[in-house]
Amino acid sequence: MASLNRIYAMLLRHIYLLRGSWPRILELAYWPIMQMILWGFITQFFTGHSEWVAQAAGLLLAAVLLWDVLFRAQLGVTLPFYEELYSRNLGHLFVSPLRPWELIVSLLGISTLRTLIGVVPAALLAIPLYHYSIFTMGLPLIVFFVQLLVTGWALGLMVSGLVLRFGLGAQSLAWVAIFALAPISGIYYPIEVLPGWLQPVALALPSAHVFEGMRAVLLGEGFHTGHFLAALALNVLYIALGAALFMRVFGLARRRGLLLHSGE
Amino acid sequence: MAIEVAGLTKKFGTETAVDAVNFSIPAGSATALLGPNGAGKTTTLAILLGLMTPTSGSIRVLGTDMLRNRYAVLERMNYASPYIDLPQRLTVRENLTVYGRLYGVRNLARRIDRLAGELELGTLIDRAYRELSAGQRTRVALAKALINEPELLLLDEPTASLDPDTGDRIRGWLEDYRARTGATMLLASHNMPEVERLCDRVLMMRAGRIVDDGTPAGLAARYGRRNLEEVFLDVARHV
Repeated sequence: MASLNRIYAMLLRHIYLLRGSWPRILELAYWPIMQMILWGFITQFFTGHSEWVAQAAGLLLAAVLLWDVLFRAQLGVTLPFYEELYSRNLGHLFVSPLRPWELIVSLLGISTLRTLIGVVPAALLAIPLYHYSIFTMGLPLIVFFVQLLVTGWALGLMVSGLVLRFGLGAQSLAWVAIFALAPISGIYYPIEVLPGWLQPVALALPSAHVFEGMRAVLLGEGFHTGHFLAALALNVLYIALGAALFMRVFGLARRRGLLLHSGE
Repeated sequence: MAIEVAGLTKKFGTETAVDAVNFSIPAGSATALLGPNGAGKTTTLAILLGLMTPTSGSIRVLGTDMLRNRYAVLERMNYASPYIDLPQRLTVRENLTVYGRLYGVRNLARRIDRLAGELELGTLIDRAYRELSAGQRTRVALAKALINEPELLLLDEPTASLDPDTGDRIRGWLEDYRARTGATMLLASHNMPEVERLCDRVLMMRAGRIVDDGTPAGLAARYGRRNLEEVFLDVARHV
């Protein structure tokens, strides 16, 4: 119960931040909406020029919306963590009874909230703009959403750990890491397009299995259990690695006194 | 004893920041860690709070082994320092609400109202922390440090860079708090009149070691000096 209260306190801290800053909320929704609009037009063009896209009009739109789930989930962990560093607040947090794992859980919670604020408006706007509703995907959509959310969390925890270790000079890792995954996640094209040597690397990422699974559903091939189980297993591995890295760096930060001197 | 430290050592590579320090602080007392920059005061406080792990040594705080079970005691202590800050965009009330919940404070709204009254934060309570002056921020940091009515209060330069009026008010609030609750205070400071006013004991540190220990008046007498400031200069300059 006390743990829940502390996790709630940390959620509240970031909800206060969002509530007090409308530009932040608008920005959360702005980029996914712009991405969706761009890929909506690209879809309209390719529907008349590409047999593959014409098979399923929502292929690219669903891809861009789910890519944003991964992207926002990762930033949803790292940016709230950066907020603690920007405000030099880590010292206060860790002289309180807040446990590191409680901070992690609260970051995952705020990441979920920020992801929903970012992606849901874009998904809803796609309905009147392009007559495409990602929600028609049904139950698999929830599975894909959760899988990508967890992948984003794992990456976010790894990046946060590295920034805690190396300081805010390494903050661009939040963008560098996620965009390094984009080409090999097969967001807009099948993994088989990649060079042979790169395909095993791609298939070591949960995101590649999610996007392959998404295409299978949209192209009428049904829910691919193999991709689901692979993504699930990889997510369990990566979230455990992300949490372990963060906790290990936290221990290192206590040995080196980084918690007291964290900041810009 | 509120604090018992034995053989406390902290090394950063080849540099020794705290060197086999031993001290005990009785419950209800107010003690100052005094010494020049780099003497090891802030490092000692950070280790006592669990923000830093020592290289070796043992620490018991409020009867609890801090190295094994610090979470059992963190709810009963608190800390203020100009070197760490609070979320800038949150209002004073929001900051105190977050920290009150982190410390598991009961009747939190009432506690915040009471602190706002005692520390004259009434007109600031719904303003963003970033909009406040240095003196106002220090009052908010003190309110955060008192939110859980700590039995042990650790303060790192509590009135650094404040004007004499604000500094005097803060010292007054700290005296009142200690008189009312019987809390133990340990503070690191460079402000000698502050130490003479607030503390009944001084631990003099230099190069990571405790080089002297006594009451402010006792130390002045021992060094044949008029006040603590002159003692400080003697210690800092290795006289």
